[in-house]
Amino acid sequence: MSTTRRDLLATALTAAGAAAAPRLAGAEESHDHPEPEHQAVPSDPALRTRALESVLVARGLVDRAALDALVDAYEREIGPRNGARVIARAWVDEDYKRRLLSNATAAIAELGFGGEEGEQMVAVENTPRVHNLVVCTLCSCYPWPVLGLPPLWYKSAAYRSRSVIDPRGLLKELGLELAPEVDVRVWDSTAEVRYLVLPERPAGTAKLSEAELAALVTRDAMVGIARVTVASGGARA
Amino acid sequence: MNGVHDMGGMQNMGPVRVEKNEPVFHAEWERRVFAMDDAIDGDWPGGAGRYQQELIPPAEYLRMSYYERWLRSLSERLVKSGLVTRKELETGIAEGGNTQGRKVLRADEVRAAIARGFPATRSVAATAKFHVGERVRARNINTTGHTRLPRYARGKQGTIARDHGVFAFNDSRVQGLGEKPQHLYSVSFAARELWGPAAAANDSVHLDLWDDHLEPA
Repeated sequence: MSTTRRDLLATALTAAGAAAAPRLAGAEESHDHPEPEHQAVPSDPALRTRALESVLVARGLVDRAALDALVDAYEREIGPRNGARVIARAWVDEDYKRRLLSNATAAIAELGFGGEEGEQMVAVENTPRVHNLVVCTLCSCYPWPVLGLPPLWYKSAAYRSRSVIDPRGLLKELGLELAPEVDVRVWDSTAEVRYLVLPERPAGTAKLSEAELAALVTRDAMVGIARVTVASGGARA
Repeated sequence: MNGVHDMGGMQNMGPVRVEKNEPVFHAEWERRVFAMDDAIDGDWPGGAGRYQQELIPPAEYLRMSYYERWLRSLSERLVKSGLVTRKELETGIAEGGNTQGRKVLRADEVRAAIARGFPATRSVAATAKFHVGERVRARNINTTGHTRLPRYARGKQGTIARDHGVFAFNDSRVQGLGEKPQHLYSVSFAARELWGPAAAANDSVHLDLWDDHLEPA
C-alpha cells in the first residue's frame, strides 16, 4: 500500500467517526490473502464494523478495553505454540501420552491450556497405520486453546466440502501422499468436542530436547494435513 | 436446515490454498468483529451465532468472507434481541442511551472468561440409548431449523466409537427450545457407506452425534 493510499485510508476512517485510533498496520489487507482486492478506502464491512462498535460502546454493551484484551490474547498468546508443547510432551513422556489419549481435556490442562472452544478435547494419534484429519464441515469448529483461531484454509468451502469425501486426494494435493494400507480417519467436529491430532514423531529426533521437539511441530500437522519433519520447524504454519 | 453451510461431500469448490505465515486476522475490522462477538452477552443460547449464519441466503453466504458472516450474524442477533436498531447500525449513532443492568465484560475479566469458556457438558442423569460398539443409523431428518447432523450422514449406518457423556443438545437449545441434555457419541461411518464403492475400504469419517440423531440399525 502506498503512502497516498495509507493517508486516504486514515482520512476515511476518521471521517467515518472512528472513536478509537485505527491500527493502520492492521487495516492493511495481507498480501497473499485470497480475499478480494485491496481497497484504498475502508471496505464496506470495515465501515459497518466501526458503526456497530460505536453503537455498542455508547450503549454500554461492550467495553473497548475488553475487546482489545481479547484480540491481544488470540493474536499474541493463544496459538499453535500451545499445541506444540502438548505434542512434544506426549512424545517424550509415555505416561503423559496415555493421559492425553484417554482424557485430553485434563492432560492439556496440566500444561495450563483450556477453556473457550476447547472445553471438551479429544486427541487422536497418528501411527504408521492410521492417519487422522480434522474438519468442521458445517462451520469452523477448531480447538482454540491449543491451536488458536483457525486459518482461512480450514474455514474454506474447498476444505469443508472435500475433506470428508476425498481426504486422500486432498492430502495428496497438499503434498501428503498416504499409502493405500494406511487407514484415513476424518473427524468432522460439528458438535461440542474439539480434536487435536497427535502427529508421529519424526525419525532422527531421539536426541532432541522437549523444547526442540516442540519447535518442529506445526499447526498443519496438528490438524492432519501435514507430517512433522525435522525440517518443518515452527507452529507458525 | 439443508443450507449451503452443510458442505460435506460437495464438489467443485476449488483447491485448498494454505497461506504461508498467515496472520491471525487479515484486517483491523476482523479483529473488532471477532472481539465484539466474543465479548457481548446477548443472552443467546450457545450456537446461536452459527444458526444465524446458516440463515444467510446461500448465494450471499458463499460470496461473503468468514468474518463478514460473523458481522452479519452478530448484527442480526442484536436487532432481533432489541439491543440495537437497524437505524443505529446504519448511522453508527446510538439513540437508545446506555443499556442499564447488563453484565459487560471488562478487560481484567477477559482471561478468566476465556479459561471458563462455555462448557456444553451437563451434570444431569441421562440414560445412554446406545453403547460403544453398537450399530446405529443416523436419522433421516430434514429440519428447516438448526441441526448438527450433516446431510451426508443421514440414513447411513455407523458404529458407536466413543460415548462423550451428557451434553446440551444443540439442535434444540440453539432455537430456544430447551437444552434437552443427552448423550453425545463419536460415531464411525465407513467411507464406503457414505460415498459408495469408489471410496477406500479402510477409510472412515467420525461424526459427533447426539441420542436424538440416532436410531438402532
